[in-house]
Amino acid sequence: MLAALAVLTGFAGCASHERLEPLQQPPAFAREVVAKGGELARLGNCLGCHTDEGGKAYAGGTPIKTPFGTIHGTNITPDPDTGIGRWSQEAFARAMREGVDREGRHLYPAFPYDHFTKLADDDIAALYAFLMTRAPVRQENRSNSVPIPRAFIAVWKSRYLERGVYQPVSERSAEWNRGAYLAQGLGHCGACHTPRNAAGAERKDAAFAGGEVEGWHAPALDSASPSPVPWTMETLEAYLRHGIADLHAQSAGPMSEVVHDLSQVNEGDVRALATYIASLDTRSDADRAKLREAALARAGASKAQQGNAVYDGSCADCHNRGRGEQGGALELPLGTALTIPTPRNLAYIIREGIVPPEGERGAWMPAFAGALTDEQLTELLVYLRALGGRPAWRDVAGEVKKISRGD
Amino acid sequence: MAKLDVNGRLHEVQADGATPLLYVLREDLRLNGAKFGCGLGQCGACTVLADGEAIFSCITPISVLEGRKLRTVEGLGTAEKPGPMQQAFIEAQAAQCGYCIPGMMMRAQALLERKAGASEADIRAALQPHLCRCGTHMRIVRAVMRAGELSRGKS
Repeated sequence: MLAALAVLTGFAGCASHERLEPLQQPPAFAREVVAKGGELARLGNCLGCHTDEGGKAYAGGTPIKTPFGTIHGTNITPDPDTGIGRWSQEAFARAMREGVDREGRHLYPAFPYDHFTKLADDDIAALYAFLMTRAPVRQENRSNSVPIPRAFIAVWKSRYLERGVYQPVSERSAEWNRGAYLAQGLGHCGACHTPRNAAGAERKDAAFAGGEVEGWHAPALDSASPSPVPWTMETLEAYLRHGIADLHAQSAGPMSEVVHDLSQVNEGDVRALATYIASLDTRSDADRAKLREAALARAGASKAQQGNAVYDGSCADCHNRGRGEQGGALELPLGTALTIPTPRNLAYIIREGIVPPEGERGAWMPAFAGALTDEQLTELLVYLRALGGRPAWRDVAGEVKKISRGD
Repeated sequence: MAKLDVNGRLHEVQADGATPLLYVLREDLRLNGAKFGCGLGQCGACTVLADGEAIFSCITPISVLEGRKLRTVEGLGTAEKPGPMQQAFIEAQAAQCGYCIPGMMMRAQALLERKAGASEADIRAALQPHLCRCGTHMRIVRAVMRAGELSRGKS
């Protein structure tokens, strides 16, 4: 890919950007603008990349593994030396829309400016106001291990960055448009849920067709959705707000952070997101109803099934009860993790469990990493895949080995 | 029939492979240290070690444990000669009703074996899967800190 980019550089050139003057005096911000910015920061899950585990909020340092190397989220607190304290609103807006820092250097597109470019001016202003009024944290940015010079990013942008604020679709409702604006822009749902090409750009021809993030598979949100029971606007709304919806798997991995943020924003925006995402699945109502009935029948049948000692001893006690009962969990044939193209999500969930952040409420599933050897976990994954009624995964043992090595 | 290595002794037990280890420990082997709390892996009272890793014995079937070295709280010492973890819990008077304590001790033991100089933050994070209804958490954390000192040879 480097070679291809090198060739491209020849004619695309590297548009340089000027350095913007440092801010002398931080401006004053209206309280309601700051509050709006806080809401937007949650809708964008800014903390996800800009706060390290156990670190200070927005101070960066978060390692983000990409196929090109590890990139670290930066310090976006208003510290003048290590954060964005010297950034004017103009510099901030340019970073959001053009992917250029105050010094004029290109930012790696791990920072999803290909989405943020869609933001309206007043939303960018509100986010700026919110970030500039956080507690400044002095913390140097960590260096990245991406062997691609920043100059190449100009080429990447010339091919893949489509600048421009979101344009409403007139035939659709205001709620749908609000959801589309949030999902495509600030929420950057496609950053995980859309597959990427060899240059790491989202494939525009496959928007929301399912992607990858930090080793997890982010399931398709369009008509290819692998959810055994098809989603509806109502179940999506419940899921986005609470991390759990009737007859669906609960959030885990990177999505649980997103849900944690969405649990704290206004209900209207979550409903708008659900409205838009539900509209991505264009299968007919009759087809969706058929899938639903088949999934429920399979779930009912699985309860009676016996024969795998690990499932019977470790899973059945909760998962055969169903959500309706005290201590009960989802019947596994309804779980999306059994139906996606890779066993990784299921392996992560079984190994690490589902654990709310320290001191917070949340759904709980115990971790089985210590209890099951790699071979036993592999066997269980194969069994569960069959329980979900899908053709066997390839090389489950290999994937489990990779995960237990930490790859 | 399954062969289980518990606290260094080999036991042959007559039980279905899907039987949770906890039932075998308590009913067949009469090792009553590990407790039944919730039966769902949500409270931690049943925690024991398998090859040094903490596991919930209430939801781990014996079929997956053959050939692995299991340890229960009884393996940490005796009433006459308590081991460092037990000694520390006695010194800190960390038990009130005591129901959760064997599980807490075992996960703490796994932590200290992995990381002898575990910090208070490490201990709090490690013990997150354990519930205590009496509210002796502060003493439990202190006891584990103390157990670390005792294991490192500080009196």
